[in-house]
Formats: sequence, structure tokens, C-alpha cells
Amino acid sequence: MKETEISKHTISVLVDNEAGVLARVIGLFSGRGYNIESLTVAEVDASSHQSRITVVTSGTPMVIEQIKAQLSRLVPVHKVSDLTLSGPCVERELALVKVIASGEKRVESLRIADIFKARAVDATNSSFVFEIIGSPEKIDAFIKLMEPLGLSETSRTGVAAISRGTLTM
Amino acid sequence: MAERILSGSEVVLQALVDQGVEVVFGYPGGAVLPLYDEIFKQNRIRHILVRHEQAAVHAAEGYARSTGKVGVVLVTSGPGATNAVTGLTDALMDSIPVVCLTGQVPTHLIGNDAFQEADTTGITRPCTKHNYLVKDSAKLARTMHEAFHVASSGRPGPVVIDLPKDILVAKAPYLEPSQVQHRTYNPVVKGDRGQIEEALELLASAKKPILYCGGGVINSGSQACKVLTEFTRLTGVPITLTLMGLGAYPASDKQYLGMLGMHGTYEANMAMHDCDVMIAVGARFDDRVTGNLDFFSPGSQKVQIDIDQSSINKNVPVDIGIVGDVGHVLEDMMKIWKAKQHKIEAKALDSWWDEIEGWRGKHCLSYKQPKDIIKPQHVIRRLHALTRDRKTYITTDVGQHQMWAAQHFGFEHPHEWMTSGGLGTMGYGMPAALGVQVAHPDATVICFTGDASIMMNIQECATLTQYRLPVKTVILNNRYMGMVRQWQQLLHGSRYSESYSESLPDFVKLSEAFGFTGMTCNNAADLDDALTKMLEIDGPVILDVAVDDKENCYPMIPSGKPHNEMLLGAETTGDEAIDSDEGMVLV
Ligand SMILES: Cc1ncc(C[n+]2csc(CCOP(=O)(O)OP(=O)(O)O)c2C)c(N)n1
Ligand SMILES: [Mg+2]
Repeated sequence: MKETEISKHTISVLVDNEAGVLARVIGLFSGRGYNIESLTVAEVDASSHQSRITVVTSGTPMVIEQIKAQLSRLVPVHKVSDLTLSGPCVERELALVKVIASGEKRVESLRIADIFKARAVDATNSSFVFEIIGSPEKIDAFIKLMEPLGLSETSRTGVAAISRGTLTM
Repeated sequence: MAERILSGSEVVLQALVDQGVEVVFGYPGGAVLPLYDEIFKQNRIRHILVRHEQAAVHAAEGYARSTGKVGVVLVTSGPGATNAVTGLTDALMDSIPVVCLTGQVPTHLIGNDAFQEADTTGITRPCTKHNYLVKDSAKLARTMHEAFHVASSGRPGPVVIDLPKDILVAKAPYLEPSQVQHRTYNPVVKGDRGQIEEALELLASAKKPILYCGGGVINSGSQACKVLTEFTRLTGVPITLTLMGLGAYPASDKQYLGMLGMHGTYEANMAMHDCDVMIAVGARFDDRVTGNLDFFSPGSQKVQIDIDQSSINKNVPVDIGIVGDVGHVLEDMMKIWKAKQHKIEAKALDSWWDEIEGWRGKHCLSYKQPKDIIKPQHVIRRLHALTRDRKTYITTDVGQHQMWAAQHFGFEHPHEWMTSGGLGTMGYGMPAALGVQVAHPDATVICFTGDASIMMNIQECATLTQYRLPVKTVILNNRYMGMVRQWQQLLHGSRYSESYSESLPDFVKLSEAFGFTGMTCNNAADLDDALTKMLEIDGPVILDVAVDDKENCYPMIPSGKPHNEMLLGAETTGDEAIDSDEGMVLV
């Protein structure tokens, strides 16, 4: 890859689930001017108090290398893994999408939801809340299609990701 | 083993003792009174009362840099902690091991805007290597020991432990250092063998090699500096040091090209520019070293050895990046170089040295000392000559005098040079010297400072008096913020906006008011006498030397320019204005 080419990377970070650890990670990104496209965090191992942070970022190869090195040297960080480089991975995001519409638009929104395998998790006479799970691209496409049909609000979780196959962090 | 239950303050003190701490630089206040009470009751740890918390951190830095040990600071909550922030940032930028204990309001008041509450861990997160807020007495001892481990291992740095007052009072179990295991932070010290072999093959095939070494070598320790020196002599390669690395290799040696970078020597910068193989050891390609990155050493293959993975490929992409402690890696390099009987082709190396001698012939640091008016460089040179047979430590403030000290005082050993490199903190010099003198009571400790810098921590004169610390402070008084004036002259059409030192105090009277000797020197003919007299005085001295107020610091690579476009200055080209819009926006 060219040294100046900017690419997107999904990075998983295993951290001690202690006060301030998220602030350290976010502070590192803002302080050094790195980009955060999405960030999710939750405890994944209660017995060892470890959380997994998944951050989607972009930069030149040198910047991505820096981001990983900077993350690795934070004291509460156990492991850093670049899922984009380590082979194929599964990336999933969940979104809740509120559409307020009536008549033909309302029917069309249901039809598209069906195609995307989105579920209506709430409905009133004039609105739906759809739940959709998929890759960020799929969710982007769904939201785009809902725009002219009365899209009024979205809430997205950000990306959770994991390597395919037997590879682990 | 039966757990020992102590008070929180006793745990802190015991942990300090078990970590080998002998001295703490601090300043009391409400939130840390339980600790001060504990300090009062014991005599294992000495407390040095500074007069400002920033100075406490700089003193701890001076102590740490001159001993290789961790410097320890104790300050109160709120303003005590915020005053320490500049010092912590300074220690972070220069990778100096410091543990700073800050008081905090009791845990039940945290978040209530209590009196003297500040979000200390929030404020210091970006300016420490790591920080802790202890909310659970059970974790106090572990946190203390872990802080020392984090501060001193890997790439060293400052660590803050924020201690709520109730935690200092409550009972807490004590753990010995050996009972604490570090779960995540265990930096790699051994370098990869394959990479080291590759790097040596590259070096052996070089025609124009150079070693570029920085503060990482000094942090790695005296042994690392010794091995570096042996390796340099064995290979016959020229070596240059960064501002932070001075003393890692003896300045008097013929293979030494001097300091590199913005105010480095012509030969060092030209050799960096023209080399074909560069070995960077514990140096981080700082912008003060590289100049314009687009033109930095364009034809070389680069090897970088650093304990911090994030220093590698940060500013300058390298061909081989070896993560490890430079001391360990250099030992391996020595062994393998000998075992494989590597040798750099003599003819190539000779002609490289011929080229270097040509650059040396410019005598880029030369100056003419007239009969009367004192050149600042001359003060540094004379004091160097007069202290050759004493154990001498030098600290500086920030500005032209700092660069002149770096250029003209030849450092032969590591740990004898303390300056604020990364942050460039005016006000560093005197408190750092204080810390050095506490660590080395019998040594000569000199602080080179400027008329502007000295005012930034002048209150520490009282600390010098109280503890009878015989620090010799030499003001290179040009009545200007000289470095600012120089940039204004070269880049801003000689518009000397706010850079004149107006209303300076009478430093002789000021010294006397603080209870020690003040001296002046205004004429070159009197300089040696003044310096000699100062060195002989058994106590602190401020020597105010009136120096040429127009003198500029050369050589200089203007910001944004490549290494081979240095300004050599008055002797050769005069003080020419730098015509560069790009340079004007850079720092
Ligand atoms: C705390 C701080 N404020 C401002 C500066 C910017 N600065 C760098 S050098 C300098 C002038 C220093 O003047 P002086 O101490 O007299 O030293 P000289 O350059 O004259 O030798 C200033 C203001 C700084 N480095 N640190
Ligand atoms: Mg000055």
C-alpha cells in the first residue's frame, strides 16, 4: 500500500475494566489528532474484569502503526489487535431507526425493511422503529433508503468485530 | 505471611522506604496533612521543602537524572496538583522517572467542587505516563509499588498517585514490593536477534555510517553508555548526540561530531544529511533534530533502536526498527559484531572521515572574544576549563544560554547534564540544580540561566539557603529574552516585541536578601577571577554576568529548512534575515 494512502482499520483492544480507561483511549485519539469513526466498549470477561474496545479508525499505514503502538503502551491495555490486517473478520453493528410516515411511504418502508431483514420492534399508527443488524455498510444503505420515507431518528451501537475462523486475540 | 495493617499514610511511607526512596521534594497542604504528620514522626525519608510545586517536580527530575533513580514529589490537592502540571509535562517529554503523590479531597466529597478539589487524574492524564486515584485502601500498597515500576521501567516517565484524605487516614494492609505482580505493564528489554544481525550487516556494508544517539542511552544507564562508547570505537563510526544525549559519549573523543539539530554543529548535521547508514539509538527524531522531514537524510538506510515501540516510525520511517532496551541491544551488537568479525571497509570509512574533517574545518562554534565585552560562549568555555578536575553537574534554563551550554561545555560522562529538552521549560534550571545538589552534596552543581528564565522560579533561592545547597547560578545576562529576540531579528524584521528584560532586579542585593552571595562580572578581563571566586565560595552563589546583548546562537537550521541549509552566523555570513513564510509558522 502507498505510504500516503488512507485506509480504514478496525482495531480491538483488550483492557482492564477500571475507572478512566476509556478516557485514556479517547484522550489518546483526540490528543494526537487521530480519527475515531466508531467506538464500542463493554466488559467481556467479568472474572478478570476485562473489557473489549473496538475502534474503527483511518489513517496512513504509518499513522495506523502509531495508533497501535500508542494503544499498546497504555498501562491498562493487555492486547491490541488490528482485525483489518490479521485476516478476514466479522463486523456487526446494530441500529434502531425511527421512520414517521403514512400512506404509501409507510408501506414502502416496511417493504424495504423486509428486504434488509430489519425487524419492526415498535409501531404506532404513524411510526415504526426498525432494528437492523449488519455490517456498517448495510446499515448505511438501509438508512439512506429510509431517508425519503420519513426517517426521523437513528441510534447506532458502533461496530463490534471478531476474527473469522480459529484465530483469537 | 501475616498482613500488616497500618494507616494509609504509614503504608505510603513504608512503600517509599521499601522502594529505596531517600528524599521527597514537596509542599504541604490540607489534603496531605496526614502524610506530613507521618513524615514528622520518622527519620528514614528526608523531606525538602521547595517554594512552589513546579519546582518540586523539577527538583525531582534533577535528582532522577543525576542519579538514575526515581524522583519523588509530594504536593497537596487542587492548586498543589495544578502547579505540578508543568513539571509533570516536562518529565513526560524528557522521559524522566518521577512519582508524584498528590493529595485529594476525601472520597465522599469527590465530584462536589469541594474546597481545593481538582480533577487531578483528569488533568494529569495527558501529561503523565500513567496515573492512579486510590479509592480503596486495600489497593494502596499495590498502587504505590506499581507506580514505581511503571515510572522506572520501559521508557521512564512521571506517574501520579492521587490520594484522597480519608484513604490516608483509614487502615490499610501493607504489601512488600515483592508481593506485587504487574499484570499488564512488562516492557520488552531484549531486542530481536535476527533484526540485530540484519542491522549489523547493514552497518558493516556502509560507506558513510553514523551513530545518532539520544537520551534513551542515558536512561538505559551508565553501562549502556560504556558499551556505546566501546562499540563506537570498535567500529570507527562517527557519532553525534542529541541535546538529551549529551554525556552518553565523551565529548573530547575524536569520533564525536558534537550535538546535532537546530543548533547542532555543522559537521554533525552535514554527516546526518549525507550518510548512507544511520543507526539511531534511544533517539526519537524530534523536529528540533530532523529539520524539514522531506529533506531529512534523504539517501540513508535507517536503523532505530528504542524501548518504546511508538517512537519507531513515528516521524521518520526506518528500515529496521528494533524494540528493546538500548543497553541490552548494544551488548548484543558488540557480541555479534565481534563474533562475525564484521568490519567496515577501511577505504570507504577513511574517505568518509576526510569529508567530515572538511566540515569540521569550518569551526562552526568559533567566536571572537574581545578584550572587554563578554561573549556568552566564553563564559561556558571558561567555566568548563575551570571545573575539569571537579565532579561537576550542569543544569540550564531555556534559551540561547541553554544552547551555548550544550555546544560549549564538553560533557564526558552521562548523568551530568540536566536540561529541559522536550518541553523547553523556562524555570527548570534552578530547581533542577537544587535536586541535583541534594543527591550529590559534595559535587559542584552549576545552573546556567538567562535573565528572563531565572525569574520563573526565583523563589527557590530560599530553598537553597534553607538546606545550605551550594548551587552556583550563572546568569548569562543579555537583558533580553535572547532566543526570542534572535527569532524576531531573523524572522520578524527585527521587531523586538516584548522581548526586552525591563526592570530586572539587582541580583547581588537579591542574593543577599535570600541570605547568600551575589556577584557581578562586566568585563572579560575579570571573568576568570569571578568564576574562580564563585567556585571557591562554600554556599550558594548567583553570578550575574553581563554578556554581549547582540550575540546570536549559531549554527542554526531555521525551522522548515533541511540540514544542509544551516546558517553559520556572524563569523561567516553575518546575521541574515531568513526569508521563509513557512519558517514563520513553525516553532
Ligand atoms: C515557560 C516558558 N515560557 C516561554 C518560553 C518561550 N521562550 C523560549 S526562550 C525564551 C527567552 C529566554 O530568555 P533568557 O532566559 O534571558 O535566555 P536567553 O535566550 O537570553 O539566553 C522564551 C521566552 C519558554 N520556553 N518557556
Ligand atoms: Mg536573556
